[in-house]
Amino acid sequence: MQQAVEGRQPLLEVRGLSKSFGILRALDQVDFTLHAGEIHALLGENGAGKSTLIKVITGVLSRDAGTIRLDGGEIEPRSVKEALAEGIATVYQEVNLLPNLSVAQNLYLGRQPTRFGIVRDGEMQRRATALLAGYDLHIDVGAQLGHYSVAIQHVVAIARAVDLSARVLILDEPTASLDRHEVDMLFRTMRALAARGIGILFVTHFLDQVYDISDRITVLRNGRLIGERMTASLPRLELIQMMLGRELSETTGERVAHDRSASTPCATFTNYGKRGSIAPFDLDLRHGEVVGLAGLLGSGRTETARLVFGADRADSGKAAVEGKPVRLHSPRDAVRHGFGYCPEERKTDGIIAELTVRENIVLALQAKRGITRPLSRREQDEIAARFVKLLDIRPPDPERPIGLLSGGNQQKVLLARWLATEPRLLVLDEPTRGIDVGAHAEIIRLIRELCDRGLALLVISSELDEIVAYSDRVVVLRDRAHVGTLQDDGIDVSSILAAIAADGSVPAAAEA
Amino acid sequence: MAFQLPRRGLAQILALIVILLIDRMVSSQFFDLRLQDGRLFGSLIDVFNRGAPVALLALGMVLVIATRGIDLSVGAVMAISGAIAASLADSHAWPVAVAVALGAGLLCGLWNGFLVAVLGIQPIVATLILMVAGRGVAQLITEGRIVTFTSPDLAWFGTGSALGIPAPVLIVAGTLLVTGLVVRGSALGLLIEAAGGNARASELSGVGIRLMIVAVYVWCSLCAALAGVIAAADIMGADANNAGLWLELDAILAVVIGGTSLFGGRFSLILAVCGALIIQAMNTGILLSGYPPEFNLVVKAAVVLVVLLLQSPRLSGLVANFRKARA
Repeated sequence: MQQAVEGRQPLLEVRGLSKSFGILRALDQVDFTLHAGEIHALLGENGAGKSTLIKVITGVLSRDAGTIRLDGGEIEPRSVKEALAEGIATVYQEVNLLPNLSVAQNLYLGRQPTRFGIVRDGEMQRRATALLAGYDLHIDVGAQLGHYSVAIQHVVAIARAVDLSARVLILDEPTASLDRHEVDMLFRTMRALAARGIGILFVTHFLDQVYDISDRITVLRNGRLIGERMTASLPRLELIQMMLGRELSETTGERVAHDRSASTPCATFTNYGKRGSIAPFDLDLRHGEVVGLAGLLGSGRTETARLVFGADRADSGKAAVEGKPVRLHSPRDAVRHGFGYCPEERKTDGIIAELTVRENIVLALQAKRGITRPLSRREQDEIAARFVKLLDIRPPDPERPIGLLSGGNQQKVLLARWLATEPRLLVLDEPTRGIDVGAHAEIIRLIRELCDRGLALLVISSELDEIVAYSDRVVVLRDRAHVGTLQDDGIDVSSILAAIAADGSVPAAAEA
Repeated sequence: MAFQLPRRGLAQILALIVILLIDRMVSSQFFDLRLQDGRLFGSLIDVFNRGAPVALLALGMVLVIATRGIDLSVGAVMAISGAIAASLADSHAWPVAVAVALGAGLLCGLWNGFLVAVLGIQPIVATLILMVAGRGVAQLITEGRIVTFTSPDLAWFGTGSALGIPAPVLIVAGTLLVTGLVVRGSALGLLIEAAGGNARASELSGVGIRLMIVAVYVWCSLCAALAGVIAAADIMGADANNAGLWLELDAILAVVIGGTSLFGGRFSLILAVCGALIIQAMNTGILLSGYPPEFNLVVKAAVVLVVLLLQSPRLSGLVANFRKARA
């Protein structure tokens, strides 16, 4: 589509790139084209393949198939150093410089101007000052880099990369930790570089920034190329559909209506929030009701879940359980009040790989009962056997270390861990991620069953059709704030997409 | 279930038996026992008796290591408690001397636990502080001299016996029993293993990690203090310079030989004691063999190397690859 528009030769041309990790296809026949002087946003949700693509281009990972051409010549970088020698530089979210050295030393590290083998500090500082002046940055280059803001550090990193004769500059989420003013400064730098003919590949989760700065957008999903579009001609709603999967809109409808009048409040959060993490929100969770949290990656879904569970401490607002005010300063507090939380990162935050399925199941219940009231081995065996059967955990061996189970079965064990505590509220963060299709459906069935038994559920998912299928209420998040609520018949994929995409003008809430 | 022997302990028990058999080859009277003044004597008894301090240290250390920590200060704590017990032995009744010595151990444990659990200092650095300072404190208590005492009551802890069994052995058995009952009789064992295996996941499951970590450091220091009392009682005096010197390393080695990973998680009390006995059986064997005792250190180092290699995931990966390549 675009090739016809662009008559000139692309700067960087990736064709048919594939990369697998074991049986997982991280990249499947991906094409990517970057022209000189353009700012090109690479977008996609978690696991879409953005990082893998960048890592292959910069030589961190080898590829299984495909070609990479730079200025028409095929390149095959085997390390970051080789990629840099070809003219491809990367600046990561965490600046890869040495904060304890001076700005000038950072700029010229490994290539300091010397005379008779002695570093010429004065010369280096003069050059550094001149170099940064080109970026409209007038700072004391003799001061330690660590004294400056992250934004300035980013510009220094970019200046260093570009000065190393980069023609392709890859910026991997450079704005994640910057405030508005700093983002503007970074964007000025990016525009200036693009004007000099450098091709910039920009990864971010902030759609506003994509529309602010990028000329063109490439969207990946599940390791595949979904499309390449000019930013100006791509409506925000369509972009979000591309990112989240457009086939969603066809598979809605199988919702079970709930009689919400019977449900009583379980936990109520008023003006609850944490600075720098999530803007204060009001959230009302009721027995027998599933509340879905929808939004893009980085919109504040997990942050909401962690606040509700006490994993992060709120710095504003109040929480109440069954109408009584409570303090949720730690997961222990939350567990004592009958909350449970299955985190998104199953491996690092959920399972204890070395322990058996039985031990993993009884852990939260045991923690809740306290050290002095141990569950006897017989009670443990009984609980483990019950949940292995109830949730159909395979293999049905409670004495197997959980690390040896498949992702879906690990997730079921984590659910069992909380169900064993007979919770009143369960928070599930991406309960179906990385789980095969069969287990997927089963977990959704479980969520519904639990809800029928009077449990209050707060569920985060990137799979919008899932959210639509089980939620009684959907809270939509954008840019670390709750921006709208959809209820009952108002819940469908297109309304959620519209609410996520809304930039203020579109109605955010659709009350039934 | 407190003393159920794990199946995986077979290697350690076999190793102990093999080393004892080697000792028997070195010294033909190794297994001879004789009863004298109502107490059993013999090289085998010696292994248990001499191994008692390290076995006590290992009993505390194994819990610390299971939480993914380490306690380098146990040798210094031994010196402190030994110095206190020896200084008080002749002027006070023995329960006072022992109680004050153990109380000092309790304080040391609280200090370590505070640094690790509350201030979040890495265990190796946090306990290094007391490892260095503790020996100084012990020297201040003894005013730089070797303090001796004559109280036979306190001396019983080192040289006494009951039912023919030496007191240190009885103390180790008792401590093992108490630790086992506390750890496996309550939920502590499971929660320690969970916290050591994955601290984040355990915290998100509602496990109160902080208090638990303070508790294991306290228990470790208490065990060390008890070992210090035994060591002082044994020689009827306290040498702040040398009491418990380098024994923290033997304790760590005993725990590692006992199959507890330095990365935390699964642990076994019995096997940690077994590890201590393996070390002592090697020591005794080398002494009996007539080789210079310096040789001991080299053998110990070789054993550490073998044990660590056996635990190394990379090595097992290499071995697996090698087998695959040959197949």
